[in-house]
Amino acid sequence: MSRTTARSKSGAQSADAAKARAAARAPRRAATAPARLVVLVATRKGAWLLHGDRTRRTWKVDGPHFLGHTISHLQLDPRDGRTLLAAAKTGHLGPTIFRSTDLGRRWKEAGKPPAFAAPAPGGLPARSVDHTFWLTPGHGSERGTWYAGTSPQGLFRSEDGGDTWVPLPSVNDDPRFREWMGTVQDGTPDGPKLHSIIVDPRDPAHLMFGMSGGGVHESRDGGATWQTLIRGMEVVEGFDPGTVTFHDPHCVRLCPTQPDRLYQQNHCGIYRMDRTGDPAADTWQRIGRKMPRRVGDVGFPMVVHPRDPDTCWVFPMDAATVWPRTSPEGRPAAYVTHNAGRTWQRLDQGLPESQAWWTVKRQAMTVDAQPVPALYLGTSSGELWIGRDEGARWSLIARHLPEIYAVEVAELA
Amino acid sequence: MKVLIPGALRSYTREGHVEAAGATLDEMFTDLDRRYPGLRFRVVDEQGQLRPNMRLFVNGAGVRDLRHPLRPDDFVAVVLALSGG
Repeated sequence: MSRTTARSKSGAQSADAAKARAAARAPRRAATAPARLVVLVATRKGAWLLHGDRTRRTWKVDGPHFLGHTISHLQLDPRDGRTLLAAAKTGHLGPTIFRSTDLGRRWKEAGKPPAFAAPAPGGLPARSVDHTFWLTPGHGSERGTWYAGTSPQGLFRSEDGGDTWVPLPSVNDDPRFREWMGTVQDGTPDGPKLHSIIVDPRDPAHLMFGMSGGGVHESRDGGATWQTLIRGMEVVEGFDPGTVTFHDPHCVRLCPTQPDRLYQQNHCGIYRMDRTGDPAADTWQRIGRKMPRRVGDVGFPMVVHPRDPDTCWVFPMDAATVWPRTSPEGRPAAYVTHNAGRTWQRLDQGLPESQAWWTVKRQAMTVDAQPVPALYLGTSSGELWIGRDEGARWSLIARHLPEIYAVEVAELA
Repeated sequence: MKVLIPGALRSYTREGHVEAAGATLDEMFTDLDRRYPGLRFRVVDEQGQLRPNMRLFVNGAGVRDLRHPLRPDDFVAVVLALSGG
């Protein structure tokens, strides 16, 4: 049963509040006029593209693409608005990248997908890419550049639009990183991941990424050298937070209009970091302590507002006992803060009231950049939801899809 | 030699039986990749290991070592392991 009727009044108030906030932000940073949107849905059994009208009311379904392939991530290149990359594998076949330059009408396999280098004699143990997990387009000034994160943890770069990929030895073959990554045996059942690859919009050489597990790291020289960014992050009770390998960031996001602010959903809470200019002083603040205690502050996705750096959303999950990874109490809800984490509000209008045991993976929740943004989330049960008015009112876009791994929304050229 | 291609790889070959050359299984996959770019990496990883859950049979006998020698009249079957539910 959904909350659509029961809470329509509070939902209307939330929607009005979202529009008022959008109006208040307008003088600071004018949003663009409504654009044609496409929602990119990556699932355990293929990919779908949902083309929306300008009001986001009707959606035209295009798919399945790659039926039977596990698609970990599907991304549109914002620099041209038409090139798609898909990270794919099947249960038996090895990993690859598919590329389309016409919005998915035709796909071509990468000539050289991400693959680890051969080990140096007497050096670190050889590794093989199980799957590419994360795709990030490069800086706006570097057309054709992409980054990929893999399982087991590896960082790769393409400079030809995703056709050929080269490993970054400063991460993949560095003894310190390899110690922090651990082995596949040390990872979770789905495999350890390198994720949340971030390119600073002000500087193409300023890169960040997270590793589950293995901490948060940044480079100021295009990936030649790296520093850890873990100060203030907590680890599981009984372990030393000074040991990088114990840190498990689930999702890290940078605020596009205030790039010195980061938000993070971690295995051990929700965090914000405001850069000080002194890397040694940069500290994560656990803003999830203000979440309701019975819900907790563990989850996977982290979504930041396209214009307001004080607003972000999370989707908590049940992390009790054996980590069921379901919505707490079977009652799914997003939570939003509009003051950088000082207070949080529950956003559940339209979502099931009870007995809904799905959850949302780290890449499966996002937001568009329309004047009043909408949220989008894909569930482990194959439902795609839209949260209109910044998440104030949820409704289904699609259901009966395979388990959803990633959801992105993009503006078409 | 003749090679039986599983359904999952026929997006590369477009047919179930193909011809290939090579003195070993490793060389056979290199030859197949020359004819059907991308095929080898789906079966053999970057460290030269047969991927988990893939099986190879030479004249009906299961083989995992890619250094296994081949003769021109051998029949190689590339098969996806069957299991699960």
